[in-house]
Amino acid sequence: MRRTAIFYALIALLAVCVPWLGIYPVFMMKLLCFAMFACAYNLLLGFGRMLSFGHAAFFGAAAYVTSWLVTAHAWGPAAAILGGMAVAAALGFVIGGIAIRRHGIYFAMITLALGQLVYFVCLEAPFTGGENGLQGVPRGTFLALLPLRSDLVMYYLVLAVFIAVFLFIRRVVHSPYGQVLKAIRENEPRAISLGYDINRYKLLAFVLSATIAGLAGALNALVLGFATLSDVQQSTSGEVILMTLLGGTGTFFGPVVGAAIIVTLQEYLSDIVGGWVTAIIGAIFVACVLAFRRGIVGEIAARLLRGDAKESVPDAPV
Amino acid sequence: MSEIFGIPVAVILGQLTLGLVNGSFYALLSLGLAVIFGLMGVVNFAHGAFYTLGAFAALLGLQYFGINYWAALLLAPLAVGLVGIIVERLFLRHLYQLDPLYGLLLTFGLALIVEGSLHQVFGATGQSYPVPDSLSGVLNLHFMFLPLYRAWVIVASVVVCLGTWFVIERTSLGATLRAATENAPLLQAFGVNVPILKAATYGGGVALAALAGVLASPVVLVNSHMGASLVIVVFAVVVIGGMGSILGAIVTGLALGVIEGFTKVIYPEASNIVVFIIMALVLMIRPAGLFGRE
Repeated sequence: MRRTAIFYALIALLAVCVPWLGIYPVFMMKLLCFAMFACAYNLLLGFGRMLSFGHAAFFGAAAYVTSWLVTAHAWGPAAAILGGMAVAAALGFVIGGIAIRRHGIYFAMITLALGQLVYFVCLEAPFTGGENGLQGVPRGTFLALLPLRSDLVMYYLVLAVFIAVFLFIRRVVHSPYGQVLKAIRENEPRAISLGYDINRYKLLAFVLSATIAGLAGALNALVLGFATLSDVQQSTSGEVILMTLLGGTGTFFGPVVGAAIIVTLQEYLSDIVGGWVTAIIGAIFVACVLAFRRGIVGEIAARLLRGDAKESVPDAPV
Repeated sequence: MSEIFGIPVAVILGQLTLGLVNGSFYALLSLGLAVIFGLMGVVNFAHGAFYTLGAFAALLGLQYFGINYWAALLLAPLAVGLVGIIVERLFLRHLYQLDPLYGLLLTFGLALIVEGSLHQVFGATGQSYPVPDSLSGVLNLHFMFLPLYRAWVIVASVVVCLGTWFVIERTSLGATLRAATENAPLLQAFGVNVPILKAATYGGGVALAALAGVLASPVVLVNSHMGASLVIVVFAVVVIGGMGSILGAIVTGLALGVIEGFTKVIYPEASNIVVFIIMALVLMIRPAGLFGRE
């Protein structure tokens, strides 16, 4: 436990120093947003074992709503982010409510289909700008204090939000609620027989995950200054699954590692291999599923920390 | 009676046949998905990619080897089916002991590889496949003009679907297949080579997808992402119909194609999402699907 704390402190220190290491801040912010997205996804997949194939819907819907509130209604960034999160939460409530009626692969197919529904709405709704998306979204001033136009200020805001989300998810998983969620993951009939209303637990996990995914999407839109169809696209849902799987499903730090690898690959690999990125991502997917199901952090945790690994590392299950 | 609610009957009938054409593809694809899922417990996310491969096989066969449409109708599914068997032997068979979600994830990765590569090699713009001469005419049914090729697609798909249904439900091979879905270890104990049966089933299922791809190539633009969005609709079709019944998959596919066609006439903006909305409604009323069993 102490080793973990030291490790996290070092990582946090590194993150604080990043702007002085010569790394492009917008790239780091994008990385943190996707790491947040993957952590939210992991809450659902890793701790609730619900494989959603439509999570881009929440990420993208919040990106659109936040951008729209800022551009068309001149809302401040804080209020607009909250607005985006609220929409993501509401969508999560509806989509999650429908999807948890089925299990496993059906759950995956239903979330996929409903995610596609949200995609088409974003494509055709009057305020989303169709194929172009919403461009030129100003960052504004956060709570009348922080001028976000500066990349440095924006970076620390994103970092602070990310750390808060990361700690929040740890707290949720370690709370009594999280324990019940894990119990449902391990053995659903047993949890039912113990008297838990499992659908309420699962729905809450879904809504929490959707809300945080929305927060990530809203921040990402502010960072980049636009919301486009690629935010709601099914391929984005696939990417967040891959990030979680690659880093380690059901570990706390795994999704962050996975997001860092995939975002870096996309950013720098596309210069080298051009359009082959999609195929390469597909190949990583296949490799992960065939040979590497615990993910990077999961493997490390299973090998090195076998003694004091308190966090559950699921063996085979997703 | 040339108009209904202010919409010309010819337009309605035109969209109806287009809907039936789309429904034929849904039926063929969901049929293959249902067969693969039934025997192997794998939800084949790569189904759309194999559909795309079938269309590309027909197109490239024509461009480079002069293989005509009728030969492609036979050869492309065979070639793609062979690819499917290789995929099953190389990858999928390692996952049978695991959670079915891994099969979904693996085939998703495969779909990305296939579609990403096709996109890179052939670009984003679609190419059209010429309608074969013998099917390029228009039938005059007196109340409407029916393009011959559309009629052919509908008839061919229904025949293939019913043929598949017949093989699975009425022949001894089908009986073996159904036995394998019920209890594969027991069937193996009787001396049936179940691993080969599974590989062949996967090959057969994706060959159906490739056949749909060849049939579709003259009516859609052949491009790398033609199957990616289709497979999502087909998943919704499968959820609506339930994977329990083969006839259910065929009927649901055709019916949803028709409903989509009607939506295009009445409220075009919703035509892309009507299938998903129906899926949500069905889930609320009958979570197991219309023909499914829990």
